[in-house]
Amino acid sequence: MNRIDALFTRLKAEGRRALMPFLTAGDPDLATTAVLINELVGRGADMIEVGVPYSDPIADGPVIAASYHRALQQGIKIAHVFQTLRTLRAEGSEAVRATPLVSMVSYSIIHRVGVERYLNDAATAGLDGLIVPDLPVEESEALQKKATQRGLKLIQLITPTTPRDRAVEIARLTTGFIYYVSVAGITGVRKELPPELKDNVAWLRTQTDLPICIGFGIGSPDQIRQLAPVADGLIVGSALVRRLGDAVNRSRAEIVKEIGDFVGELADALKPEPGA
Amino acid sequence: MSNPASTGTPNASPSDVIPFNATRQGPDDLGRFGAFGGRFVPETLMDALNQLTAAYEESKTDPAFQSELHYYWKDYVGRPSPLYRADRLSSFAGGADVYLKREDLNHTGAHKINNAIGQVMLARRMGKTRVIAETGAGQHGVATATACALFGLTCTVYMGEEDIRRQKLNVFNMRTMGATVVPVASGSRTLRDATNEAMRDWMGSSRETHYTIGSVVGPHPFPMIVRDFQSVIGREAREQILEKIDRLPDAVVACVGGGSNAAGIFYPFIEDVEVELIGAEAGGRGIKTGEHAASLTQGRPGVLHGSFSYVLQDDDGQTQDVHSISAGLDYPGVGPEHSYWKDQGRVRYESVTDAEALAAYEETARREGVLPALESSHALAQAFKEARRLGPGKVLIACLSGRGDKDAYEVARLRGEPMG
Ligand SMILES: Cc1ncc(COP(=O)(O)O)c(C=O)c1O
Repeated sequence: MNRIDALFTRLKAEGRRALMPFLTAGDPDLATTAVLINELVGRGADMIEVGVPYSDPIADGPVIAASYHRALQQGIKIAHVFQTLRTLRAEGSEAVRATPLVSMVSYSIIHRVGVERYLNDAATAGLDGLIVPDLPVEESEALQKKATQRGLKLIQLITPTTPRDRAVEIARLTTGFIYYVSVAGITGVRKELPPELKDNVAWLRTQTDLPICIGFGIGSPDQIRQLAPVADGLIVGSALVRRLGDAVNRSRAEIVKEIGDFVGELADALKPEPGA
Repeated sequence: MSNPASTGTPNASPSDVIPFNATRQGPDDLGRFGAFGGRFVPETLMDALNQLTAAYEESKTDPAFQSELHYYWKDYVGRPSPLYRADRLSSFAGGADVYLKREDLNHTGAHKINNAIGQVMLARRMGKTRVIAETGAGQHGVATATACALFGLTCTVYMGEEDIRRQKLNVFNMRTMGATVVPVASGSRTLRDATNEAMRDWMGSSRETHYTIGSVVGPHPFPMIVRDFQSVIGREAREQILEKIDRLPDAVVACVGGGSNAAGIFYPFIEDVEVELIGAEAGGRGIKTGEHAASLTQGRPGVLHGSFSYVLQDDDGQTQDVHSISAGLDYPGVGPEHSYWKDQGRVRYESVTDAEALAAYEETARREGVLPALESSHALAQAFKEARRLGPGKVLIACLSGRGDKDAYEVARLRGEPMG
C-alpha cells in the first residue's frame, strides 16, 4: 500500500491528525535536509513535504521564495534531491522509511525534466506523491494518469477562491489527500486565519471520502489546536523554513535542534489534552 | 456610468468598431495556440481567470464597451497613429522603403496604452476597484497608472530595482499620477521578478483587484486579450499602407519582449501570407556570450509565468538570467502565440544586439529627428537589415513601439556622459 494511504488508515483508527511539516530541499544544504527529516520524524512528524527549489515560485511568499533561492545558489539540482531521498529511504531508521514523503514541485521543473522521467525518478527515490502548485486540474490529466500508474499520488489543491462545483470536481480528481489552502494568497504565516475556514472544510468533508489536510498560513500550536477538529492533517511550511533563514551564522546542530523543538511543540498540540 | 461614449457623443460610429478576432487563430478553450499557452497557475487564480474570460467575451459584443474603448483610443490616446514614410532612413538602409508605425506618438509615448485602457475598462466592468501591474521599461506601468487616473481606480505597479534605476523618469511620472510603485529586490531585479511579485499580490487580492498584464504573456486569457487590444496597431497599419501605396507591404518588423507590439502589428497580417513577418529579440551582448534575452531563437518550450512557451531555462527548468540594454526586452519568456507562429513558420525571429540597437537609435535620431525607445531600436536595426535585403521597390513597415525620452539617462550613462 502507498505510504500515504497507510498513514491515513492508521491515523483514522487511532483518531489522530497528521502533522505534515514542509522543508526546502537543500536549504542550507542537502546533508542538513537529510538530518532534519530524521529529526522531524523523531519529533512527531507524520508526513514530510519536500519543497523542490524553483527560481520563480508564484504561490510562495518571501520566506519560502528566499529559501528556494538560497538552495539554488548552492547549485542544488533535482538529481541531487532525488539522490538524498533515495539514500534516506535505503539507510534511514524504520520510522523514516515508513514516513510518507511528498514533493512540492513546479510544473516548470517536471516539464523540463520530462513527465515520465520525473515520475520514475520520484518513485525510485521513495517519494509517495507530488503536489504541483502551478498545475490546475485542467492541465493535469496526463500527469495524473502517469503518476497513478507508478503508485504515486497527485495531490490537488482547493482554495477559498474555488467555487463549490469546481471543488467537487477537484476532489474527484485528487488522489492521496486533498490539500485545502486556508487563505486566498501566497504561503506565509498569518496571525489570523479566515473565520469561514472551518465551515468550508466541514462542507468539503460532506463531498469526499479523501483525507483533507489544511496548509498555508499555519504557524503556531494554537492554530493547530483550532483546526485539528476539522482536518485530517495540518501542514506547516513558512514557520519552519523561516528558522533556516540565518543558517550561515549557526551550526547544523543548533538549527536541527531549534526546528526539532518547534515541530515537537506542534506535535504536542495534536495530542489529546491530558485528562480529557 | 458617466462616460462620454454612453452619453450620446460616441466618436466611433458602429462601422468603426471592428470586431476582434476578425482573423481567427485561436486560442482554443484551454487557451492553447497549437501546443502553446494554457494556464499553469495556482488554483487560487483560476476563478479570477475564468471571471476575466467571461467578462472579456461579453465586452467583445457589447457595443457600449466597444464604442467607449474606441472613443478613448481616438480622443485620449490620439489614434490612429500615423504611418510615416521615413525617406532618410530608407536611403540610409539602401533598399526598401521604410515606413514607421508611430506608436511613439500615442499619449504616454508607447503602444502600451492601447492595452492598458482596454484592461482597466475591463477591471471597472468587473467591479474591481484596484489594479496592479508589472513593468520593465516603465511604459506599461505609466500606461496603467494613466488609465487608472482616468477611470479613478487605485493603482500599484511592481518594478524591479534595476529597472527603477534605469527608467527613473517613468517611476517619477507614475507616482505623480497617483500610482504606488513597489520596488522588487528579488532575483535579477528586473521584469521577470516584477511579474512574480504582481502575481503573488493577485493571489491574495483577486476579489477586488484586476491584474493588468502588460504583454501577450501569462495564463489564458491574457495573451488573447492583450493581442486583441494591441491589434489596433496592425489593423490601422494595414489600412494605411493600402491607402498610401494601394498594396500590402513586403515585410513587417517589430521588436519582441513579451511580444505585445509585435503581436498587435502582426496579427491582422497573419493571413496575408505574402507579407513577411519578422520579430526582433534582444541579442544583448551577443548570443555567444550567453548574455541576451532571445527566448524564441535561443530558448526551448517550457513553463514560465503561467504559460507554456519558449523560455530561457536550464536543464532543471530553472529560469535563466537574461540581459538586454532595453528594460522592456529584458525578459526570459515570450508570449505563447509567438511560439506558435515560430513553429508554424509564419513569423521569423532574429536577434539584435545591444550595440546594433544603440546604433539604430542614433541613426534614427540624426536622420529623422525621431528618438526611438531602446526596445523599438531593436526593430529598427532589424528593419534596416531587411530593407537592404529586400532591395529597392519593396516596402517594409517597422513598428516604432515607443519614444526614447525615458532612455536618455541610460544612453548618456552608456556613452560615458552621465546627465546629473
Ligand atoms: C516602447 C516599448 N516597446 C516594446 C516593449 C516590449 O514589450 P512587448 O514585446 O510586449 O511589445 C516595451 C516594454 O516595455 C516598450 O516600452
